[in-house]
Amino acid sequence: MPKLSVTHFEAAVLFALFSSVVLGVVTKKNDRDRLRYGLRCFAYFIVALFSIGWLMYLGHG
Amino acid sequence: MANESSVSAAPATRSWGAAVALAWIVPGGGHFLLKRYGRGGLVLLSVALMFLLGLMMRGAMFHPQTGDLLTVIIYYGGFLADLANGFLYLLSVWLGYAQPDVAGHVHDYGTKFLVAAGLLNVLAMVDVWEIATGKKD
Repeated sequence: MPKLSVTHFEAAVLFALFSSVVLGVVTKKNDRDRLRYGLRCFAYFIVALFSIGWLMYLGHG
Repeated sequence: MANESSVSAAPATRSWGAAVALAWIVPGGGHFLLKRYGRGGLVLLSVALMFLLGLMMRGAMFHPQTGDLLTVIIYYGGFLADLANGFLYLLSVWLGYAQPDVAGHVHDYGTKFLVAAGLLNVLAMVDVWEIATGKKD
């Protein structure tokens, strides 16, 4: 099996993508709401990723 | 006056047991059994890809360990989450996948991907249970 090497950012985006898909699928009661919820979860993940990334960068000095 | 619709017998275990068991063994399988093909396909794709990426990042599998409370929670919890991947976990262990826990962010992400894939499959199993018992469409 090939070995995969990813950056923190790539790994976090992949994690956000797969998690958002499943959260969207299992949470809401119709396809429209599932799609919207999945997209919203993904957006929240990305916002948190950039926010925490900047916090760590600035906090590091 | 009592509301009769609120008093209903719990569904028999056999009516949802097979679907939930299949959802554990094959991610998305319970949805397929209940004819939710689109949702089953998305669950299968997400969980399988996440697990496969975890393996490709050489993530470590958890094994039950005893010790202090935190060690027990982390290692038993991690083991159960890995096990929740169903046949993906069983097959990879059977084929001899045994990555030691080594330092490095890629390995660390791999370990988290393996655990998270199992936890997402647990969510899918709960969804299957809700569908099979009529709590959800």
